[in-house]
Amino acid sequence: MGRITLDKVRKAFGDVEVIPPLDLTIDDGEFVVFVGPSGCGKSTLLRLIAGLEDVSGGQIRIDGNDATMVPPAKRGLAMVFQSYALYPHMSVRKNIAFPMRMAGIDQAEQDRRIESAAKALNLTDYLDRRPGQLSGGQRQRVAIGRAIVREPAAFLFDEPLSNLDAALRHGMRLEISELHKRLDTTMIYVTHDQVEAMTMADKIVVLQAGVIEQVGSPLELYRKPRNAFVAGFIGSPTMNMLTGEDAAKRGADTIGIRPEHVTISTTDGTWKGTVGVAEHLGSDTFLHIHPDSDPSKTMTVRVDGEFTAHHGDTVWLTPQEEHIHKFDAQGLRIK
Amino acid sequence: MARAVTNQRKALNTALAWIVGLAIFFPILWTILTSFKTEADAIANPPILFAFDWTLENYSEVMERSNYGRFLSNSILIAGGSTILGIIIAVPAAWSMAFVPSRRTKDILLWMLSTKMLPAVGVLYPIYLLCIRLGVLDNRLAMVVILMLINLPIIVWMLYTYFKEIPGEILEAARMDGASLKEEILYVLTPMAIPGIASTLLLNFILAWNEAFWTLNLTSVDAAPLTQFIASYSSPEGLFFAKLSAASTMAIAPILILGWFSQKQLVRGLTFGAVK
Repeated sequence: MGRITLDKVRKAFGDVEVIPPLDLTIDDGEFVVFVGPSGCGKSTLLRLIAGLEDVSGGQIRIDGNDATMVPPAKRGLAMVFQSYALYPHMSVRKNIAFPMRMAGIDQAEQDRRIESAAKALNLTDYLDRRPGQLSGGQRQRVAIGRAIVREPAAFLFDEPLSNLDAALRHGMRLEISELHKRLDTTMIYVTHDQVEAMTMADKIVVLQAGVIEQVGSPLELYRKPRNAFVAGFIGSPTMNMLTGEDAAKRGADTIGIRPEHVTISTTDGTWKGTVGVAEHLGSDTFLHIHPDSDPSKTMTVRVDGEFTAHHGDTVWLTPQEEHIHKFDAQGLRIK
Repeated sequence: MARAVTNQRKALNTALAWIVGLAIFFPILWTILTSFKTEADAIANPPILFAFDWTLENYSEVMERSNYGRFLSNSILIAGGSTILGIIIAVPAAWSMAFVPSRRTKDILLWMLSTKMLPAVGVLYPIYLLCIRLGVLDNRLAMVVILMLINLPIIVWMLYTYFKEIPGEILEAARMDGASLKEEILYVLTPMAIPGIASTLLLNFILAWNEAFWTLNLTSVDAAPLTQFIASYSSPEGLFFAKLSAASTMAIAPILILGWFSQKQLVRGLTFGAVK
């Protein structure tokens, strides 16, 4: 079981309130991703749940029990750190065994769990090595192994993949998702990478300055961002934001249109512009276009990989009206 | 591209390093050589480097005249005791400053170091009086405490820089893994900090061993360590150069041997943190 409830949880460092009172419920077995720009308080929130930081107010409940004052060791949660935080003086086997040793689990059971975790994580051949002799990906797997053997109520991941290179990161992302499907245990995952958030989460929590901007499934957030911040943060490349006449005409202060919701033509359309940079990804091409009305701005358009356009070409853009997001002066979505 | 270093240049650097090294070592070498000379050879002008009549008579005379064993055991007790006591006090201090620093931690560290900038003689008078009042002049235990206090800032600083290098996340991981504070210190921190603690022990043992100002001023007979042993052979007229050298050699030999065997540990301790 791993249902975690935050009830008006608040955190201040001295006079600086980094997390104003915040409510959040994480259901048992859910994969929840905290995402937001750096300094938004997502890691602090995770550390509050872990018990590594003390709350300044409010209550944290784990499976209905008040855990606010419970030390980290007693919360039944396992954490995977960005730096892996392996014990450098212990072998992989001893690293994985450490939480079980602390819990006083008997040797036979320890061995059984180590074997099974090592098998699941492809670490069997490395059990007698020291962390220093492993690659980054292997180290991260050891850290995950150390978390698994505890059979925790929930896993906490603090930007676990940011020290890995792009190829490994993708592989590990799949492995963690796979692990979640297999174990069916609650996972809370902190990242600043919205791609990780979109691809892994059951539920995304978007944070900014310690405030939850929106909670929802990846597609909910993508299709119906509650405000301009979420709209701009979720999705890659980011949503095009327009103000002024184009927005006013549609009864909004700001309008947003995703790169794939703009139709491009070489002959006619709503906005005329000049191609700046074309990024060819093979299947898709992202065109960065400077509209003639304001050449200092850039609009991103996603087109098929077959579409050819070069720097300096004149093109016409037309937004798909049904996909335009409208926001008011406060940045809130207009329904 | 790396700097182009020619072989010639390398040879020159090596030669220069040897010259500097020998120049630093020369006084010690000279002392050791002199200890094997007769008093006449010791003050010969021009000085004789090797071509003298080697003799052990200085050593036998020094051994006869003074109780070397008592000085040696006092040195071991005072240096060892003050170092161990210092470590016991410094570990928790460095620990808290490295892992749970407050806003004033940096100031406290600097303040502690600043006590080392004060000339020792500046506090000789009050400490001397204090020792008289407490009846602990020429007392071994008092010397242990005083030398511990003298070296404590260095011990705390060394341990602090060492602990600073241990990532806090590893301690947090231990906490998450269910370790109590005691287990965290015992199974995770201490094994990781052992090289640092060892080199701190070593350096401070050497510092305390060689400490002469306080030991010469506050001891005479009962608590006198090897520094007093050397001093007892110095005379303003310089008549007993060879015996003084023999006494000096006997006083520095134990620490020289200890330093030689642990130089790797010592260098690591002194340069730790310079390069990650």
